[in-house]
Amino acid sequence: MTIQQAFFSYFAGAIVALSLLVVTRKNPVHSVLWMLLLFVHIASLYLFLNAEFLAAIQIIIYAGAILVLFLFVIMLLNLRKEETEKRFQGQWPFGLAIGVVLAVFVVLIVGKIGVLPELGQYSVEAVKSEGHIMTVGKVLYTEFLLPFEIASVILLVAIVGAVVLAKRSLE
Amino acid sequence: MVPLSWYIVLSAIVFSIGVFGFLARRNLIIVFMSLELMLNSVNISLAAFSHYLQSMRGQILVFFIITVAAAEAAIGLAILIAFYRNNPTIKVDEINLLKG
Repeated sequence: MTIQQAFFSYFAGAIVALSLLVVTRKNPVHSVLWMLLLFVHIASLYLFLNAEFLAAIQIIIYAGAILVLFLFVIMLLNLRKEETEKRFQGQWPFGLAIGVVLAVFVVLIVGKIGVLPELGQYSVEAVKSEGHIMTVGKVLYTEFLLPFEIASVILLVAIVGAVVLAKRSLE
Repeated sequence: MVPLSWYIVLSAIVFSIGVFGFLARRNLIIVFMSLELMLNSVNISLAAFSHYLQSMRGQILVFFIITVAAAEAAIGLAILIAFYRNNPTIKVDEINLLKG
C-alpha cells in the first residue's frame, strides 16, 4: 500500500464513520457538528483529486453557509421535547435494506466497468501550468455560460422564495 | 496511485447512508441533512471522474450541484419554518395533512 492509498483509506474510513454519525445522532446539533467535520474531510479528498478550488468552495459554501443555515433553523425551532422521543420511523428496517442493496449493487457494478472514454486535454500538468482557478473559469465562462446564468437565476429564486416563505405576512 | 474504483465505492457507500437516513429518520432537519449527504457523495464521484478522465466537466457539474444544494437548503428550511408556525412538529410521520 503506497502512502497515497494509506491517506485515502484514512479519509474514506473517516467519511463513512462520520456520515453514519450524522444520520444516527439524536440531537440535530450534534449531527450538524459531525457534518462539519465530514465536509472538512471531503474537502481534503478534493485536494487529493487536484481540485483546490473545489476544496475551498466546499469549506466556504457547505461549512460556512449551508451548515450555519441548518444551525439557525434548529435554534429557531424549539426542539427540546423531540430529543427524548424515538429517532427512527417505524419503517426504518426497509430504509436500511434499501441502502444496503443500493451499496452492494453499485459495488458489484464498479468491478464490471472496463471501457472509459478517451482522456481529455486537462491533464495534471496542463492544469498546473495555467492554475486551477483559471482553467475552471475558462471552461465555466465559455462552454458552460448558459448553465452558469441559469444557476444565478436559481439562486435569485431561492433568495426571494426563502424570504417570502418564512415571512409571517406579506403586507 | 489510488484507483478510480475506490472513489466510486466510497461515493456509493456514503450515498447509501444518505438514502438510509432519508428513509428512516423522523426529524425533518436530519432528513434534509441526509439529502445534502447524498449530493456530497455524488460530488465526490464527479470530481474523481473529472480527475481520472482529465476533463473539466465533472468539476463544473460539482459547482452547479453545490449551487442547487444551497438553493434547495434555503427553500426547504423556509418551508419547514412556515410549516412549523402552523403545526408545531417536525416529525416526518406526523406531517400527514395530504394523507386524507
